[in-house]
Amino acid sequence: MTAGAPSTDVSRVDVTRTADGTAVIGLSGDWTLTSRMPALDDIAADLDGAPSAHRVAFESSSIGRWDSGLLTFVVAVIEHAKAKSVDVDLSGLPQGTQNLVALAAEVPAEKGAHQAKPRPSFLATIGNSAISFGRETGQVTAFIGEAALSFGRMMTGRTRFRRSDLWEFIQQAGVDALPIVSLIMLLQGLTMAFLGAAQLSLFGAQIFVANLIGLSMAAEIGAVMTAIIMAGRTGAAYAAQIGTMQVNQEIDALITLGLKPMDFLVLPRMLALIVMMPLLYLYANLLGMFGGGLIAVTVLDLSVQQYMTQLFGAVPLSIFATGLLKSAVFGLLVAVCGCMQGMACGRSASAVGEATTSAVVMSIVAIIVADGIFGVVNPPLVSAMG
Amino acid sequence: MTETMPAPSRTENLEPLITVDDLTMAYGSFVVQKDLTFTINRRDIFVIMGGSGCGKSTLMYHLMGLRRPAAGTVIFGGRNVWESTAEEREAILRRTGMLYQAGALWTSMTLAENVSLPIEEYTDLKPSQVRALASLKLALVGLAGYEDFYPSEISGGMMKRAGLARAMALDPEILFFDEPSAGLDPISSKRLDDLILQLRDSLGSTIVIVTHELPQIFALANNSIYLCNQKRTITAKGDPKEILRTTTDPIVKEFLTRDGTFTNVA
Repeated sequence: MTAGAPSTDVSRVDVTRTADGTAVIGLSGDWTLTSRMPALDDIAADLDGAPSAHRVAFESSSIGRWDSGLLTFVVAVIEHAKAKSVDVDLSGLPQGTQNLVALAAEVPAEKGAHQAKPRPSFLATIGNSAISFGRETGQVTAFIGEAALSFGRMMTGRTRFRRSDLWEFIQQAGVDALPIVSLIMLLQGLTMAFLGAAQLSLFGAQIFVANLIGLSMAAEIGAVMTAIIMAGRTGAAYAAQIGTMQVNQEIDALITLGLKPMDFLVLPRMLALIVMMPLLYLYANLLGMFGGGLIAVTVLDLSVQQYMTQLFGAVPLSIFATGLLKSAVFGLLVAVCGCMQGMACGRSASAVGEATTSAVVMSIVAIIVADGIFGVVNPPLVSAMG
Repeated sequence: MTETMPAPSRTENLEPLITVDDLTMAYGSFVVQKDLTFTINRRDIFVIMGGSGCGKSTLMYHLMGLRRPAAGTVIFGGRNVWESTAEEREAILRRTGMLYQAGALWTSMTLAENVSLPIEEYTDLKPSQVRALASLKLALVGLAGYEDFYPSEISGGMMKRAGLARAMALDPEILFFDEPSAGLDPISSKRLDDLILQLRDSLGSTIVIVTHELPQIFALANNSIYLCNQKRTITAKGDPKEILRTTTDPIVKEFLTRDGTFTNVA
């Protein structure tokens, strides 16, 4: 009864035979979860041995304290006896034990409830992943289609979502992201300038550190780094938010009200990231170029004036047009990946974790692939250099 | 099963398990309840009654030593909970089991694993014994055969019963139930009441229940308190049947008779 207190008496069991073919299981000592209880295996041989018993009874007059430990043992004996079609007489047990054993047997075990989970063969594993890949591709396509429809509805003014939600998402994806973007881009600018300075000073071409920083920030690093930061920060948050709503049936509640989760949840998040990502890109460039400038001025002995002039000469404004477009696309990708994983989330805590992980991985892959496509279609550096 | 065994030791020698003295519960400066004084005896089925939001669940957390009182003392098994060390409070928690409102099962584990976790952590049983014990606990709440299901694969009522199986995994001395019957069908609810009585009668557990269900209150409780929302303190205590007969407080009377529409007092 007192599971916390250590027991003093050891639980003991013995089997005796009576003349009429009954095996009597004698129980004595404490039978609690904290005492060292015998298991069924310890007496199975005694029970089954010759002369074979056709009835099993219990004797418990000298039993000490008992709890579920005794119950477990008794249930095991009953199951063992049932398998051998031997009758079990429980009347020798404490009254409470008898009641609890009866209560446990009251609702029959759900037949077929035991789930057989055989290990799939190697071929089956490959087949299953191929099938699920096909299905997931379909889901991605469907989600993108629905998102497009949602945009269409917004254009014709037929979407319903809360304005305050949109502003909140814009703040989360914008102002709230500034500290982490500042830190990472500043350090990025510093390290790149250091690296460039070491190489360029070999040729006495320190001044070109401005070109290096300016072009790489504006064309690549500004957009890609911001997008990756936002994938880890905001895309993951979207997946977790929507996934948790899925777990709590909040999305069902929206559907019941006739609100489209696509319009109500996904659209404002997509808008927020599409709008804020280009702005963050510009901010990231500013910080990166500032970081590079710090090194140029302090380590390479360039003047502020020199660095600025060289920077403005090296970076054509057209490069920012591509960068802004790219950022908007990255914003869309991060929002779509995050929201899609959230919407497809299962109904458990671990499913939310999986959705978040998938959202980040998928976003980063999508960002890199999209960046590659941009690079092929519109190579920025060639035109800039030329 | 409906017949309950006589519990001779219960009425004769009342042994206090939890004594609450002048307890005030507050969130910051907002006082939830004040001047609470009552005793829960060993083998009581103790019901905490009261309207929504009157602090019933908060009181339960105070009784378990999970929340520090704003004033007053909670004495668990003869020891002041908040004058004990953190280890002693942990030991108190191990003597208690708690059934949460929605079950609070760990969703990444099967039902058997949910029930097994406390057993594995706090006993030296062999894996086969742990498994058998977990199956037994699930059978006691009517979930035999559902060992390998995940919480997401069963209904809300079943999750609640599985939560109960986990709460009683270690045969705790004292079991806390937060609205155990909410969301259960009448048959499961009746079975749960039977089980609660059996746990008290057979294993000698003390049961503390937060509930609004009048049939359950009258069928089970031998002791209770009513927390009043307006006066922010206890306005009635004792056996609910006694309270119903003797109370002069209109709110308590209204609660216990469902505003005059509930007459089926057992």
